[in-house]
Amino acid sequence: MIAAALTLICVGAAMFSPWLAPQDPFDAAALDLNAAFKPPAWIEGGERAYPLGTDNQGRDILSTIMHGARISLGVGLASVFLALILGVTLGLLSGYLGGRLDALIMRVADVQLSFPAILIALLIDGVARVALPTERHDDIAIPVLVLAIGFAGWVHYARTVRGSTMVEREKEYVQAARVIGRRPLAIMLSHVLPNVMGPVLVLATINIATAIITEATLSFLGVGVPATRPSLGTLIRVGNEFLYSGEWWITVFPGAALVILVLSVNLLGDWLRDALNPRLR
Amino acid sequence: MHLLKLESVSRDFDVSRPWLNRVLEGEPRRLLRAVDRVSFEVTKGETLALVGESGCGKSTVARLIVGLHAASEGQVEFRGRRMQMIFQDPYASLNPRWRVRRIIEEPMMFLEKKRDAGDLLRQVGLSPDDAERYPHEFSGGQRQRISIARALAGEPDLLICDEPTSALDVSVQAQILNLMADLQDRLGLTYVFISHNLAVVSLVADRVGVMYFGRLVELASAAELFRRPRHPYTRMLLDAVPDLQMSGKARTPVAGEVPNPLAPPSGCAFHPRCPHANERCRVEAPKFLDHVACHAVEEGRI
Amino acid sequence: MILEVEHLKVQFPTRRGTLTAVDDVSFSIAPGEVLGVVGESGAGKSITGMAVIGLLDPPGRIAAGEVRLEGRRIDNLPHEELRRIRGRRIGVIFQDPLTSLNPLYTIGQQLEETILTHLDVSPRAARERALSLLREVGIPAPEARYGNYPHHFSGGMRQRVVIALALAAEPRLLIADEPTTALDVSIQAQIIALLKRLAAERGAAVMLITHDMGVIAETAHRVAVMYAGRLAEIGPVREVIHAPRHPYTVGLMGSIPRISSEQKHLVQIDGAMPRLNAIPPGCAFNPRCPRRFARCIVERPDLLNAGTSRAACWLHASA
Repeated sequence: MIAAALTLICVGAAMFSPWLAPQDPFDAAALDLNAAFKPPAWIEGGERAYPLGTDNQGRDILSTIMHGARISLGVGLASVFLALILGVTLGLLSGYLGGRLDALIMRVADVQLSFPAILIALLIDGVARVALPTERHDDIAIPVLVLAIGFAGWVHYARTVRGSTMVEREKEYVQAARVIGRRPLAIMLSHVLPNVMGPVLVLATINIATAIITEATLSFLGVGVPATRPSLGTLIRVGNEFLYSGEWWITVFPGAALVILVLSVNLLGDWLRDALNPRLR
Repeated sequence: MHLLKLESVSRDFDVSRPWLNRVLEGEPRRLLRAVDRVSFEVTKGETLALVGESGCGKSTVARLIVGLHAASEGQVEFRGRRMQMIFQDPYASLNPRWRVRRIIEEPMMFLEKKRDAGDLLRQVGLSPDDAERYPHEFSGGQRQRISIARALAGEPDLLICDEPTSALDVSVQAQILNLMADLQDRLGLTYVFISHNLAVVSLVADRVGVMYFGRLVELASAAELFRRPRHPYTRMLLDAVPDLQMSGKARTPVAGEVPNPLAPPSGCAFHPRCPHANERCRVEAPKFLDHVACHAVEEGRI
Repeated sequence: MILEVEHLKVQFPTRRGTLTAVDDVSFSIAPGEVLGVVGESGAGKSITGMAVIGLLDPPGRIAAGEVRLEGRRIDNLPHEELRRIRGRRIGVIFQDPLTSLNPLYTIGQQLEETILTHLDVSPRAARERALSLLREVGIPAPEARYGNYPHHFSGGMRQRVVIALALAAEPRLLIADEPTTALDVSIQAQIIALLKRLAAERGAAVMLITHDMGVIAETAHRVAVMYAGRLAEIGPVREVIHAPRHPYTVGLMGSIPRISSEQKHLVQIDGAMPRLNAIPPGCAFNPRCPRRFARCIVERPDLLNAGTSRAACWLHASA
């Protein structure tokens, strides 16, 4: 319960940040360079207006964290959703229909698994950059990122769902449905899918965390979200440069925010899986 | 006039090694014949039992009748409107995520006039309130009742029952068998009843077919089969049933085990274990004549 | 007496209270005797067997009573001693031969390991003994099959190997928990005959746990019928089967289909065996009993003499 509440607060803060944050960090006109490098409010030199301090350009850290978390969360959710749809569909078809379709899908999965996810994401991102004119880069950066991380991640869902589908397919309630005369698609969606979704949902929530971290990594490397609309990863990268000169808050707070966000998403996943299990009702 | 007729129905399963391995090692395809030219008819209102030990193909025949497998050879002819099936495992035959009401109402999707799920539950000895619960809240025997209710919801003419009581305790089995007998009387159902338990079969069946190694070796009325079994395997099977009466009759324990289906014996499948096997039995598979597939019976030797 | 069980009580502490899975069960088994312990699922027969050999899954524990093997108490022994006794003096045969044997070792290796662990013999003598055991249980050409792995054997053959393993250290007590349930009827007959012969030859005591009354009729000398963790009836096999004294046993025998009978409808006991957390006061069977009266509802019956058997039923209380 506490976990759910915590998650709700984090997610809520992130999602509604444009309205809740004390300052819009991306409005260049509102920035006051004189306010740069201010430490957090409880340390000498800090101000109430900037509770967690400011960065090198005078942006309020708290606001940038909230906006950044929003982007991180958005990318995480969207890419996992994409991977889920793709993976579950392919896994269901593969497991239920078997035969050559199954062999084909699994071979594609095997090939893809031999590449690290980051590499695939980089590949897709690189192709997009080359294919599209430079002015458009910043606009499509986020959708491309979502596509990249999503496409890199479908395999696990497909594998898991395929395994569970193959088990359920042999169970007698599925055979009963066939005897009754239901069509394969109807059986897959109404009978098999609800029974294989459990492990997938837990996997998905863990993967939201992974996706957020992947996005943070990519942004850290400079190929993810552009610096004009930074995510938590970008913030950590930028803040890293100032770590040794004493302005620790510019990197530490985004880092802590990332950890809390990821943790609460994981806890939410656990709770969700238990809530959906009829046996525990 | 028969309701169901099987004409020389066979079913092969492809158990070859994966395509790549086969090509690389030059192996031919391997087919496992699970059902071998089985023929019989079922008349309306009767109960035909198929009995045999594990691997004899009786469950495959059930699935062939109902359409879960396609016949590799031969035909299944059904003159009724609908068939339904009851399965062995009460824990796997109901979708754990569906409520009982939805489970029972599923077969009614294809009917014009729907029945009341509560009514059906009452017919099988459960309460209409049970429709709102989940399968895991019920015991094995109760789940089988739900399966029966689901089968009845489809208004079938023919009910295929694949070992419906094998997973149940003896006293629960008695309840379910009594229920099935009642329903047959009241609704005029026809049953094809698959079982490995000869005692149960002697109770429910009008006619009994004995299967061994995918083949039908004897088919007779229940009274005849249990009083005067003709095929050596049938005799052996009846002999092996533990004697609850404890009449102290001497029993010859049977020799050997069921052969490997991938390496079937030549001629009659039972000859390695048969006390009456002769040279012909080793070479020639017996034809199904006069309700029995056995050379020794045909030749009048037993 | 080889095995004496007195007032055994097995309990499982759970979050919602303590469940009593076996409640005041007593019996004994003499050398060469086969005692059948029969009951439906949930009656507590397997748990009784596991308690006797000290293999109860925690949190289950023996809450009261004594188990004596050849006069010596074994229920309160430290783990290490019990483990030694278990292999040497008690042999166990479980239901599923597939999981009773280690798939990674040949049957020869498994037999030798058991023999060498419990008997003080040379490796060569162990091998000789293993081969002769395999021959005894009816494995054809044991030398050839000595190096085979369990999956090379069929179900019936595997169960024979399991029996050989159980007998390897010359035990005084054999516990067989549903040894034939996973086997076909024809193989079952072979295994039953084998068990009977081996036990008689060695003078071992056998505790045969099963739900199949037919197997009991063929194999056992005496039978104990369990219901909801309690003993309902115990007596010579002939008596209990042909002249049951407890109404549950009567109902049970009536609900077993038989080939020779002419009946078309089976005797039916309405309702179901109570769950462990819902056992009624008085006689556990009373809600389903067609012959109950006032005393049955309030007072739990003792095991009372009824002919040559004993039944836990107030119907047999002498006036």
